[in-house]
Amino acid sequence: MKVIVPVKRVIDYNVKVRVKADGTGVDLANVKMSMNPFDEIAVEEAIRLREAGKVEEVVAVSIGVKQAQETLRTALAMGADRAILVVAADDVHTDIEPLAVAKILAGIVKEENPDLVICGKQAIDNDMNATGQMLSALLGWSQATFASEVNLDGDSAIVTREVDGGLQTIKVKTPTIISVDLRLNEPRYASLPNIMKAKKKPLDEKTPADYGVDVTPRLTVVSTSEPATRQAGIIVGSVDELVEKLKEAGAV
Amino acid sequence: MAVLLLAEVTDGALAVDATAKAVTAAAALGEVTVLCAGASAKAAADEAAKIEGVAKVLCAEDAALSHRLAEPTAALIVSLAGDYSHIVAPGTTDAKNIIPRVAALLDVMVISEVTGVVDADTFERPIYAGNAIQTVKSGDATKVMTIRTAGFDAAGMDGSASVETIGAAADPALSEWVEDKVAESDRPELTSAGVVVSGGRGVGSEEDFALIEKLADKLGAAVGASRAAVDSGYAPNDWQVGQTGKVVAPDLYVAVGISGAIQHLAGMKDSKIIVAINKDEEAPIFQVADFGLVADLFDAVPELTEKL
Repeated sequence: MKVIVPVKRVIDYNVKVRVKADGTGVDLANVKMSMNPFDEIAVEEAIRLREAGKVEEVVAVSIGVKQAQETLRTALAMGADRAILVVAADDVHTDIEPLAVAKILAGIVKEENPDLVICGKQAIDNDMNATGQMLSALLGWSQATFASEVNLDGDSAIVTREVDGGLQTIKVKTPTIISVDLRLNEPRYASLPNIMKAKKKPLDEKTPADYGVDVTPRLTVVSTSEPATRQAGIIVGSVDELVEKLKEAGAV
Repeated sequence: MAVLLLAEVTDGALAVDATAKAVTAAAALGEVTVLCAGASAKAAADEAAKIEGVAKVLCAEDAALSHRLAEPTAALIVSLAGDYSHIVAPGTTDAKNIIPRVAALLDVMVISEVTGVVDADTFERPIYAGNAIQTVKSGDATKVMTIRTAGFDAAGMDGSASVETIGAAADPALSEWVEDKVAESDRPELTSAGVVVSGGRGVGSEEDFALIEKLADKLGAAVGASRAAVDSGYAPNDWQVGQTGKVVAPDLYVAVGISGAIQHLAGMKDSKIIVAINKDEEAPIFQVADFGLVADLFDAVPELTEKL
C-alpha cells in the first residue's frame, strides 16, 4: 500500500505574525518557516503505518515555493521514502488556494495510485480547513476528516473523528482521504543521522502545468489588517476585588 | 440573490443557536432557504421555520443522511445548488467536513469561517488563528462558505416560514457510521462554552488540574489548557486552546498559571472578558487581561472558587 502525505511550508507556530504595512498580507520575508503542525502529525501517522507493515511506501508532496523543499526534507528525515515538489509560486507571499492544491494533488494521485492520502486538517496560515475534503470530492473518494484514531482494515478504514462535543467513528471505503487532528499522535523529531540520510532520498520537481492545473486564485485579497487590539485592563489586589470586578462587569 | 443555508441538525434536533446566528449572516446576502437534512429532520425543520429571516425550509429525510456523513450530504446540497447564489453553513465540525466538499464539486473556492459580510461577493475572515483579518472578494459563480457564528447575534424566533419536503440525492455509499461518543463530561463543550477556565504549566501536575476543574464547575465552565500544560501531560490534548488547538471566544475566559505565549493568545484573545491569575507579574497574559491577579494560583484559585 502506498500513502501520499501533502505537507505545507508555513510560518513557524511560535513566530509572531506581522501584517505588512501596505495591507497586502502577512510579512513572511526572513521569518522562520516550518512544516505545518497538523502535517507533521500526518507524516508521523504514515510512517507508523509503514513501521506496522501496513504500508510499503510514504510519498511526501508539497505545493508552493521552491523553498518548500526544506519542508519535504524534514518529512524525508522523519521517515518518508521520497518526495515530490510542485513549484507553483516564486514569491513566498503567494498562497496557493486549497482548490488548486487539491487539483494538483488529484493529478499526482492519478499518477501514483496510492490507497490512502493522509493530510493535516488545516494549515495554520490560511486556516481554510479544506484541501482534504476538496481532494476527496475531486477524486470521488470517501473522506474521514479530523481523525484522532486510524485503523486500516482490508479495503476499508475505521476512523475516529474529533467532532463538536465528542467523537464520531466512521468506516470508509479505501481508497480514502484522511485529514488528521491533534490527538492522533505525537510527531517524532528527526535524528541527525536521518537528516543526513534524507539529503540523499529522491525529490522530484514538477510544475502545476505538468498536471494541467491553473493556480490563478479564485479569491482576491482586498486587504489584510491587524485584528482589533486588546487594551490591557487592570491589576486587582485580591481575590475579593476580582470577584467584585467580575460582578460589576456582569461576568459572573 | 438566494441563499441556501445548511442547518446544524444532530440526531434529528436543530442546533438553534448556531443556525440562528448563521441566518443573521446569511440574511445580509439574500433570501434565505434553510436545509434540514437527516434520518429524521421534520422536527428540526419545523423549529428552523420559526427563525426570523428564513423564507423557506427544505426538509430532506433519508437514512443515508443520518449522522451527517459528508458524501451523501454534499451530494444533496450540490443537487440543489443551481437555484442559489450562496451556500452557507454555521462553522461546526459537521459543516467544515461537508462544505469544502460541496465547493470542490461545484468547482468553486470555499470561504471558511466568515466573520463579516462586506457585500454579496466580499467577506472578512480570520487567518493565522485570528492574528490577521483578511478581506477577500470571490470571483466564483456560487459563493460557498462557513460562518464563524461567535461574531453574529442569533436571529429571533418569531418567524413562520413554510416547510417543503424534498428527496435525498443518490447516496455515493462510500462511508458508514459506526458510533458516536459524546464527551462524558457534564461540562459544556469547549468551543461553544460561555465560560472557559484554562490551566497552564504553572498548575504543575495532572493532579493539581483538579483545582482548575473545581473552579470551572463552580462557574459552569468548560476546561481548557495551554499547549505547555498539554505537552507536560497535565491535561488531555482535546482541552488545548491555541493556534494548534481550539479557538474559543467565550464571554469569560479565566487563564490560570498561563504565561500567555503567542500561540495560546491566538486561541482565546477574542474572549469578551479575560481574567489572568499568575504569580509572574511580567507574564504577557496580563497584557491582554481585563482583570489580572498577581498571586500564587494554589492560594488564589481555591479562594476564588469559594467566593464566587
